[in-house]
Amino acid sequence: MTDIDTLIIGGGPAGLAAAVAAREAGCENLLLLERDEALGGILRQCIHTGFGLHVFKEELTGPEYAQRFADQVRALKIPVQCGTTVLDVTGERVVTAVSPQRGIQRFRARAIVLAMGCRERTRGALMIPGWRPAGVYTAGTAQRFVNLEGWMPGRRVVILGSGDIGLIMARRMTFEGAEVLACVELMPFSSGLTRNVVQCLDDYGIPLLLSHTVTEIHGRERVEGVTVAQVDAQRRPVPGSERRFACDTLLLSVGLIPENELSKAAGVALSPATSGAVVDEALQTSVPGLFACGNVLHVHDLVDHVSEEAARAGRSAAAYAQGTLGTQGTGLRVVDGPGVRGVVPQFVNAARLTDELTVMFRPAAVYRDASVVVRIGGEEILRKKQRILTPGEMVRLTVRREQVLPRAQGRELSVEVMP
Amino acid sequence: MSAETITCVGCPMGCRLNVQLEDGKVTGVDGAGCGRGAAYARQECVCPTRVVTTLVKVEGRRAPLSVKTSRPVPKARIAACLKAIHEVRAVPPVRVGDVLVRNICDTGVEVVATMEISKGGT
Repeated sequence: MTDIDTLIIGGGPAGLAAAVAAREAGCENLLLLERDEALGGILRQCIHTGFGLHVFKEELTGPEYAQRFADQVRALKIPVQCGTTVLDVTGERVVTAVSPQRGIQRFRARAIVLAMGCRERTRGALMIPGWRPAGVYTAGTAQRFVNLEGWMPGRRVVILGSGDIGLIMARRMTFEGAEVLACVELMPFSSGLTRNVVQCLDDYGIPLLLSHTVTEIHGRERVEGVTVAQVDAQRRPVPGSERRFACDTLLLSVGLIPENELSKAAGVALSPATSGAVVDEALQTSVPGLFACGNVLHVHDLVDHVSEEAARAGRSAAAYAQGTLGTQGTGLRVVDGPGVRGVVPQFVNAARLTDELTVMFRPAAVYRDASVVVRIGGEEILRKKQRILTPGEMVRLTVRREQVLPRAQGRELSVEVMP
Repeated sequence: MSAETITCVGCPMGCRLNVQLEDGKVTGVDGAGCGRGAAYARQECVCPTRVVTTLVKVEGRRAPLSVKTSRPVPKARIAACLKAIHEVRAVPPVRVGDVLVRNICDTGVEVVATMEISKGGT
């Protein structure tokens, strides 16, 4: 058993930023464990641009963004073990990991940062009728095959779901010589960024079929086609609207789910709204000494925000390991008001706030010219007008410490959208 | 005199912009919710450009090298740029920012590596 002050699980954008921040906060005995062969997580396969505008004030590709943080980790001499899979985390912060080089290892940590990221929703969750032919992939798996491993999954492609990874893959597959026939979206709006709809679909004449879904996958050994139908307001296929696309590949971009197997093993309470841990303003989970950040906490749109959030988790974990985080003070419960889903954090220890409080959430629907209102115990403390709010774009608000502190006597903080 | 309809990418509003053009110049923009829309239309309808990111084959390895154009290239030249970039073969070791093509398709733009490849790797 090896003693570690702050142990970080995951070497993607969240884990890297947490490690750098923990080191900068004075943590000497630090260790980062990563399952893949290299640092960077999902950024390694996101070879498109659009990363870093907030953190580095320039537009980088995913691998470049990851490299900047990996370079910092190297410069700060933070110990890293790649190729190492964590098998178990206990509530007493004992971590079991395995790797081909070192076999089974056990660590006892003073503080742990959970930064395992998320996974894609798969075909099994969608219940599309048909056989189980080859050629059905999640968009991120196809992205890894193409961008990291150098394999093309197919030549004629239909994409189900208009999440950002699906949109990005429409352009990627086109660039590498495939024909993308359509992007099919169940909802009446795209869940991806407008910029991606324009620059990944419109630019290449790829149709976006809103309020449509795939109702059947054809082919027995290999995908031979899909049937696409329009859906009504209840999202049921409209009879007679079916059409068949001849394709050899179906990519799925139908949602991301935080990967919380280890969190559950440690007894961390999860939020049904985010599928991630319930945390306080220091990003501490319900298990003392366990912190969570990045896509394992809640699925983000922008890596810049992941880095920012993870830095806070890293600082908190380092403080906890040093015994300086402070005990939990007055607990303010944070609740989702009307039009709001999955506010993070779910608890605020007002006395412990050092600067400002950052709250993040997703709007429950598309709202135009609406206001976001923050209340404590019914009293309005912040109102912000927004021209547009969509579920595809996470909202971040900062509330000043002075606005929270005087009103923090065991009451409720609520966030709501007022149309 | 001609007209074009485009979607503004300035923010999630995604305003539909009706753009009037005369002699390749923007003479009017309708539908923009803010000033950014008109500015976007003037660029996008006259000379749309994009940073191109793609892959280059690497000598002796299955795994490709990710690359980008150092600046945006005209949208109309993307296909030609891709074709030229796909003929390039990279030789390890490669560092982030290494230049693979100096002047891609006479656009005056470089193609640079966006990841590193060590010499011994597979």
